[in-house]
Amino acid sequence: MSASITGTDKVTLTRPSGARTIKNSLAAVYVTLATVLAIVPLASILYSVISKGFHLITSSSWWLQSQRGITPRREGGGLYHALVGTVEIALICAAIAVPIGVLGAIYLIEYARGKKVARAVSFAVDILSGIPSIVAALFIYALFITVFGFGRSAIAVSCALVLLMLPTVLRSTEEMLKLVPDTLREASYALGVPKWKTILKVVIPTAFSGISTGIVLGLARVMGETAPLLILVAYGQGINFSPTSDVMAALPTMINSGRDQAQQMPGYERVWGAALTLILIVMVLNLIARGIARMSKLKEK
Amino acid sequence: MAKRIDVTDVDIFYGAFHAVADVSMTVEPRTVTAFIGPSGCGKSTLLRTLNRMHEVIPGAHVQGSVELDGTNLYAPGVDPVAVRRVVGMVFQRPNPFPSMSIFDNVASGLRLNGVKNKKVLSEAVERSLVAANLWNEVKDRLGKAGIGLSGGQQQRLCIARAIAVEPQVLLMDEPCSALDPISTLAIEDLIGELKEKYTVVIVTHNMQQAARVSDQTAFFNLAAQGKPGKLIEIGSTEKIFSNPDQKATEDYITGRFG
Ligand SMILES: Nc1ncnc2c1ncn2[C@@H]1O[C@H](COP(=O)(O)OP(=O)(O)OP(=O)(O)O)[C@@H](O)[C@H]1O
Ligand SMILES: [Mg+2]
Repeated sequence: MSASITGTDKVTLTRPSGARTIKNSLAAVYVTLATVLAIVPLASILYSVISKGFHLITSSSWWLQSQRGITPRREGGGLYHALVGTVEIALICAAIAVPIGVLGAIYLIEYARGKKVARAVSFAVDILSGIPSIVAALFIYALFITVFGFGRSAIAVSCALVLLMLPTVLRSTEEMLKLVPDTLREASYALGVPKWKTILKVVIPTAFSGISTGIVLGLARVMGETAPLLILVAYGQGINFSPTSDVMAALPTMINSGRDQAQQMPGYERVWGAALTLILIVMVLNLIARGIARMSKLKEK
Repeated sequence: MAKRIDVTDVDIFYGAFHAVADVSMTVEPRTVTAFIGPSGCGKSTLLRTLNRMHEVIPGAHVQGSVELDGTNLYAPGVDPVAVRRVVGMVFQRPNPFPSMSIFDNVASGLRLNGVKNKKVLSEAVERSLVAANLWNEVKDRLGKAGIGLSGGQQQRLCIARAIAVEPQVLLMDEPCSALDPISTLAIEDLIGELKEKYTVVIVTHNMQQAARVSDQTAFFNLAAQGKPGKLIEIGSTEKIFSNPDQKATEDYITGRFG
């Protein structure tokens, strides 16, 4: 006879004992409470940001005007200048980090998989992904400004952000490439397709949604980083498009510049407006990432 | 079009592990050859050396010669990519490209090798799908994803993809092992048709299938786990299944071991 967990042939199917019912409900209460505790701070942050900032972002001047000539005591103006800076810095950062990250991941997974180099680079990338943004900023400061003698600039900020975004992009691309089954690569080789073309036309399209999701999420993370902005560029209230100039506004530094104003001042309110805008941008990026992932799922049907 | 394969004194390794030892055989053009034998005896390994797919695995290498109409595939200067264009392969599990539609899957071999002409492509796709007995089932949804098909349809899609590039030899590694009996019959019929144009080598664990589809059968065995697999006997399917020379072959076919 095979072993049975009840140990006897008689099977009892009565309801659980009282002690077990109590333990069960206690555990349920505990788990629910922990969930509520985790949600409360998040919800309260969202509430205060929305309640204080929402009235600002509904006006068109918020999106179309800068803070040029506007003192903390005055109402009006917008965040166009900071939006320009944030978008420009993020795009330059992505333009550097995405090709390096994606190509690096392709090299590590498709060409150097299991080799010593790959393990060494992966280890280095893991360390890099843990560095605080202020360390990245100081490193770029030391390199660009102290060693090379360049001035401060938005490009320097982008370079510091590259150090933060690169590990995310490289790591997530690596994971996505690993998910592509070897049978697909072999199917392609069996058709007489060379390796580079297999990677380009079979492997990458298969992993595309995952790779682009990783890129968008990496970008979203980097957009809110503040330390590189504080160290590597000055905040200015006017509009500037040139990434080489030493004055460039961005959302995090706009928030920072108004934060020490008295509570009742319009300048203080604009801090919340800028915070809400930043949250919205990050949220939109997250939605885009989800959209990409879902779109490729739909295609399968 | 179909080519003759001469395998001479082939030894196959995975790193230091000697997987298959000392195989010699000849496969005539326009015939179906079946590889049978217990699991782990090296049937897939040998099959994958016939189109230089074996070396895709790190550390794997081959000694001996595999000649295709007299040209040694393992001679220095031979491009494995070019070999695979001539010797196509169908795998055990259907593996259509998930990012491509049915049409694109079948066209992929031609497209990735530089064919751009739309007319040429759509003719090749139709011809291959018809040959793979799949055309009627998918002709109204060529733009839909290939992985949306059933397992049996996917396997026939993979066969269509393999024959769209018009290889001269077609290797099939247990192409029916993941399929239901009806899809299996469809593929067996298909193999019968394919051998009019191609040289076919098929690995199978199904004795009836080997008996039904093949002209020639090769029986492999291994002395013990960790020892290399060997070719025990090769001959016409009729002879192998009715009156084999080796006792081991007879035991295996009648199900007395393995
Ligand atoms: N990638 C690999 N790396 C190392 N050893 C391998 C690899 N693939 C197969 N082998 C070994 O080579 C030997 C032959 O394997 P192979 O897959 O050719 O057997 P097979 O006859 O096709 O078996 P099956 O009928 O189960 O498919 C086995 O001992 C197997 O463990
Ligand atoms: Mg096998």
